[in-house]
Amino acid sequence: MITATATESPVNYLNHQSTVASWLLTKDHKRIGLMYMVVVTIAFIIGACFAALIRAELATPAGDLLSSDLYNRVFTMHGVAMVFFVLIPAVPAILGNFVLPLMLGAKDVAFPKLNLLSWYVFVLGLIFTLGAMAYGGVDTGWTFYPPYSTDGSNSNVLLAGVGVFITGFSSILTGLNFMVTIHRMRAPGLTWFRLPLFVWAIYSTALVMVLGTPVIAITVAMVAVERAFGLGFFDPRLGGDPVLFQHLFWFYSHPAVYIMILPPMGAISEVIACFSRKNVFGYSFVAFSSLAIAVFGFLVWAHHLFVAGISPYSAMVFSFLTYAVAIPSAVKTFNWTATLYRAAIWWKAPMAWVYGFMGLFLIGGLTGLFTAALGIDIHIHDTYFVVAHFHYIMVGGAIMGYFAGLHYWWPKMTGRMYHDGLAKLAALLVFVGFNMTFFPQFILGYLGMPRRYHMYPPEFQVLNLASSAGAMVLGIGYLLPMIYFIHSFFKGEKAGANPWLATGLEWTTQSPPLPHNFIDQPIVTEGAYEYSKREIKVA
Amino acid sequence: MLSGIPLFPVQGSTLAPEVDALYFFILGVTAFFALLVAILVIYFGFKYRDDTGLKVGAPITGSIPLEIGWSLVPFFVAMAIFVWASVVFFHSVRPPDQTLEVYATGKRWMWRFQHVDGQREINQLHVPVGRPVKVTFTSEDVLHDLYIPVFRTKADAIPGRYSAIWFTPTKTGEFHLFCAEYCGTRHSGMIGSVFVMEPDDYQAWLSNGGLTGSMSARGEQLFQQLACNTCHLNDNTGRGPSLVGVFGSPVKLSTGQTIAADETYVRESILTPQMKLVNGYQPLMPTFQGLVNEEGLLSLIEYVKSLGESRSGGQQASTAGPAAAAAPAK
Repeated sequence: MITATATESPVNYLNHQSTVASWLLTKDHKRIGLMYMVVVTIAFIIGACFAALIRAELATPAGDLLSSDLYNRVFTMHGVAMVFFVLIPAVPAILGNFVLPLMLGAKDVAFPKLNLLSWYVFVLGLIFTLGAMAYGGVDTGWTFYPPYSTDGSNSNVLLAGVGVFITGFSSILTGLNFMVTIHRMRAPGLTWFRLPLFVWAIYSTALVMVLGTPVIAITVAMVAVERAFGLGFFDPRLGGDPVLFQHLFWFYSHPAVYIMILPPMGAISEVIACFSRKNVFGYSFVAFSSLAIAVFGFLVWAHHLFVAGISPYSAMVFSFLTYAVAIPSAVKTFNWTATLYRAAIWWKAPMAWVYGFMGLFLIGGLTGLFTAALGIDIHIHDTYFVVAHFHYIMVGGAIMGYFAGLHYWWPKMTGRMYHDGLAKLAALLVFVGFNMTFFPQFILGYLGMPRRYHMYPPEFQVLNLASSAGAMVLGIGYLLPMIYFIHSFFKGEKAGANPWLATGLEWTTQSPPLPHNFIDQPIVTEGAYEYSKREIKVA
Repeated sequence: MLSGIPLFPVQGSTLAPEVDALYFFILGVTAFFALLVAILVIYFGFKYRDDTGLKVGAPITGSIPLEIGWSLVPFFVAMAIFVWASVVFFHSVRPPDQTLEVYATGKRWMWRFQHVDGQREINQLHVPVGRPVKVTFTSEDVLHDLYIPVFRTKADAIPGRYSAIWFTPTKTGEFHLFCAEYCGTRHSGMIGSVFVMEPDDYQAWLSNGGLTGSMSARGEQLFQQLACNTCHLNDNTGRGPSLVGVFGSPVKLSTGQTIAADETYVRESILTPQMKLVNGYQPLMPTFQGLVNEEGLLSLIEYVKSLGESRSGGQQASTAGPAAAAAPAK
């Protein structure tokens, strides 16, 4: 089935229309994907600047760079920008939008207008959040815990809350769109078990988006109503319960971690299969582990509340369920490892990012065994151990996975190649810089350094300094792709339809693809990764 | 503390070695799995490399026995950790019967401690070595969290209810005490010190500052000032129930429900008396919201405790050792 397309057309989705309006009013999933990439990259740069300020401040024990109030705003806005505007949309909204219809052999997503609306809703949410930042910021932490958020804080909680509320709808609509697309728009012959694993991951993520996001919207709305009108949901002085908020908040925000990590896991499966020239080992186990994670992910929220006064017996139930959700992630990791056995590994840049992902995700996932252990969590809860743990998953795992996917599909998106050596160097710098930044934080956390501390006792300085030094390396690692990708976009070598000699329908059309993706309706006759059945020819 | 760069915290309580033993066990397990995967991935990366990009891998699609194996092995390892961690957890959250009681309130941005004999301190906590200590606390405003790393314990301070941590210090010295739940501007300044002292030094420290009267005596004064004693008569003939022996015993409510009279229940009964009315009594009691502060509430609770811990347990007074035993004598 998989053969190179016929003649390349000079017309593609990038150049067939060039006015600003043709971009802002486009219903093309590929253009919308790129528009997400621009906005998410801006949010990432903003979030990264806040991170740089945090690490600069924490290089010394005294609060000598920022005031305490400013520091609190900086770490809050770092969290808000990164969680809601980078990690959640990065892989589904950018890569998902771009490749999902191509992978399915479809012309577009099921609801192209809704897809454009999602982008506008997302940008509107970002504008409100940036507005909150411009008007002096928010200082509640990205978790918005009451009664501080409803009564204690003097910052722009309402504005930021509105931003998060609005952005949530973008997520819901995108999830809905993807679910319908996967159900209804698959090419003839593309049965569920022939789907690329990225599609399974996106499908699982879409379920979480649709079912979980309304809860955060309701919760943030409750905070706003309590703050504005004094209705007592959470403040005990008004008859409310602050722990109720934590249940509601984490009912979304823990599954949100799976919104962040499942799609990158899907991208990792694609890249490993391609550069190993092999089937993904245990395809159906990898596929179902995504669904299992999505479902179990809804049942573990209270592991964020082990020190918040919940019953010890309910704590035990949630600890048990948390260990249960760890198993499908372990299964994925073992399957990826087994995929490499007797492979023919082609060491191109995307594979370097996969290796980085494997290393960081492994540490992130395994340190979850500490935080899920009740007796230990009492000690490390709200310390830097937790900060390190979730950065390993959400930045180490999710962002590495995003970059693996981006380096893999970039030639398809732009029709051009980037510098392979520089891309490998960037992966190495990110891996090394990331470990330098966050590994010391595990030690700091077990020593007892609480998170969200503007100043800290002097004996923690050496490890903090190591962390800040690592952040500089990490920063360079992230800057590098921006440089070679921009260069590639304008000056890169032509990629051709299938530079990686990959399977998958997205590689059967030209790069960049036609405005409507395919000339003829593709027909699928085999599984997703049948590399071993084919003789690879030079394109 | 190893040559200036600490890598591992001091073990300052009986709980600390338990938590650390589990920590090292999980560290061993996770290091094993991490190394296993890392070595395989790196080895395969070298062994099966193909720089041409033109070869294909072996036609392997999967293996059911392997899938079952690497699902079950991690599952059983995880369950072992789960059980062990739950045992440690119950040691951590369940104080022994006989503890030295200390009360605390968190407030932006300080910790105030009250000892039952009357000493009060801010951001400092003096305790004797070798005796179980229970700190019962709440917050006056937003969430806080009382965290003492060398004891490996913490709990959130939540306005409107009481939390507790307990520990048996095993080392004398001065140790950090942190607020671990973000609480605004000076969150990182809401820190202090725990001073673990030899019992003799502790007794000397106690007798130095106890001029203000014990907590239960302060509670008794408040009990009279607020005219609680006009209804809550000790011989059970008043308009409210007698409070003798109530603390720690089951209370039957007007709804038919039975609940245990703990700190939170006493507090609730003072601030919102109509919420959980004792069976057989009229809803006559007014609210004392705004009339008594958090420290006053704790003193009242300590006074109620001093009236006898439990009806069923005979007439024994608070079992909190000499400090508490001295209290009713005032």
